[in-house]
Amino acid sequence: MSADHASSERLARFDVSPARRRKDRLARTGVLVGTAIALVPLVLIVYYLLRKGLGAWSTSFFTTDPTGNTFFGGSNIGGIKSAILGTIEMVALASAISIPIGMGVAVWLVEYGRNSWFAQTVRFFVDVLTGVPSIVFGLFIYIVLIVGTGSSYAGYKGSIALALLMLPVVIRSAEVILLLVPGALRESALALGAPRWRVIFNIVLPTALPGMLTGVLLAVARAAGETAPLLFTAAATLKTSFNLGGFMNSLPVQIYKDVTSPTTAVVNRAWGAALTLVVMILLLNLIARLISRRSRLA
Amino acid sequence: MTPDGHAPEVADVDPESRSDLERREHDAREAGPEQPLRRITGPAAGSQPANGAAGAEAKAGLRVKLEGLRAFYGEAEQVKGIDLEFRANEVTAIIGPSGCGKSTMVRCINRMHEEIPGARAEGRVLLEDLDVYDPSIDVVAVRRAVGMVFQKPNPFPTMSIFDNVAAGPRLSSRRRGDLRQQVETALRGAGLWDEVADRLDEPGAGLSGGQQQRLCIARSLAVDPEVILMDEPCSALDPIATLKIEELIEELKQRVTIVIVTHNMQQAARVADRTAFMLGGELVEVGPTQEIFTKPTDPRTEEYVTGKFG
Repeated sequence: MSADHASSERLARFDVSPARRRKDRLARTGVLVGTAIALVPLVLIVYYLLRKGLGAWSTSFFTTDPTGNTFFGGSNIGGIKSAILGTIEMVALASAISIPIGMGVAVWLVEYGRNSWFAQTVRFFVDVLTGVPSIVFGLFIYIVLIVGTGSSYAGYKGSIALALLMLPVVIRSAEVILLLVPGALRESALALGAPRWRVIFNIVLPTALPGMLTGVLLAVARAAGETAPLLFTAAATLKTSFNLGGFMNSLPVQIYKDVTSPTTAVVNRAWGAALTLVVMILLLNLIARLISRRSRLA
Repeated sequence: MTPDGHAPEVADVDPESRSDLERREHDAREAGPEQPLRRITGPAAGSQPANGAAGAEAKAGLRVKLEGLRAFYGEAEQVKGIDLEFRANEVTAIIGPSGCGKSTMVRCINRMHEEIPGARAEGRVLLEDLDVYDPSIDVVAVRRAVGMVFQKPNPFPTMSIFDNVAAGPRLSSRRRGDLRQQVETALRGAGLWDEVADRLDEPGAGLSGGQQQRLCIARSLAVDPEVILMDEPCSALDPIATLKIEELIEELKQRVTIVIVTHNMQQAARVADRTAFMLGGELVEVGPTQEIFTKPTDPRTEEYVTGKFG
């Protein structure tokens, strides 16, 4: 009997005290409320996008160019074909510029530069570049390639602005993934008598590739949604164009123009275009996730 | 040296085995004049036998000799002047407490030490008569002649079993002869062929730990090395897998010179012809394994092998 008593007393100190129980409940509630508040705008955005955007969607919405008829009650305003194709073309060119360069910089930083002062300087400037507002890239290209050369807006100039925007994101995400490749793999390949460039191409890059693609696709998604760098580099236009040397329409710029229109139908087209853009970026993110699931790196 | 000529000696060679070594070198010359050295010094590798298997049979291991080897990490001296000879076609075990510089010393032999930022080495590492630290030497060729097996099995994760073994010949851009044949020979050499012959296309990472380590040995065998360095090759393996690797080491020494770093003194006693004991970056004693373990000359060696410290 006394033994039981003694043991229950020894066990009592393991009970959770009421004060701690209260604090726990309070903290949990606080975190939950915070999460709910953060979800409100997210849910609202998706809700409005779907409600207003889906209403604007139709087959002709995707297959016709905007007509420029924004008055007279908004009949026959056209679709967003030129904007979709323009975004795809310009982002593709921007990717073609920034991805090889960015991956090259990342490989150099991880495999060669390591902690040298030059590598540290490069890292610092890449970080600075990450924080530069997107409109500054547009402004830079505007000054250099449009004012500087006395020439006109062009799709490829927009692409270069987007590429500059993507570059730091590509470099940093690729660098992080390359650092995850175990040093033991490099060592065992080097110990086999493989030259360093072979080790990089045949061992390091294949191992890192899924992870690197994830980062790259996120950079692509970011570029696809940017308005500011395109406003005064690629301009806006109505016609579908496959000439990156001329004016080129894009989804963000189309949305920007349409939203300021007094005609309801045109504003609705902006919602439809916004939904299209979100779906395109969502698809990219989905692909990025699928690829990263196949990654062999933790 | 004591009169009977068999006492452990410090970093020296007794005359009996030196004559033995010369005999073996003579045999090697008969088989193919100065082959190994030419492989390292110049691109005249075309004189190699085209068939990797036949080449492997005829090949003998190289003698490795360290002369005043010092290794640094930045300013810290980790290996403090070592003179040591690894005889051809023998297994030499390196024992000593953690941090005594065993691994660092071994990594100097195939010049992997310098891959670590800030690391450098001084002194000479001779493969037969050739200093691997000579400025004219191609480091890639050194690593082809001196293979390495690491502590943790590390097959290339993106590659199949076949591709792992083929990686050496492919990556070193020296594909000669039939790659399939080379892979099979290497896998047989590592005692893994029977276990993987029907699933060469499966990922190497899917094998068990012991199989992965034998895959790594096969991978290093595929480039036909003359020396194999093993840095605690069994420390991540269970006793049965360890036993298999040890049996394999016994077979491999017919073809190559083996240097094995180990924390396991029973393992050293089982596999090594000679054993070297290191402490604080210095070589304390080297000699026939049995003598190092039964009648070492240095009291520190005795304390270590009897478990008094370390």
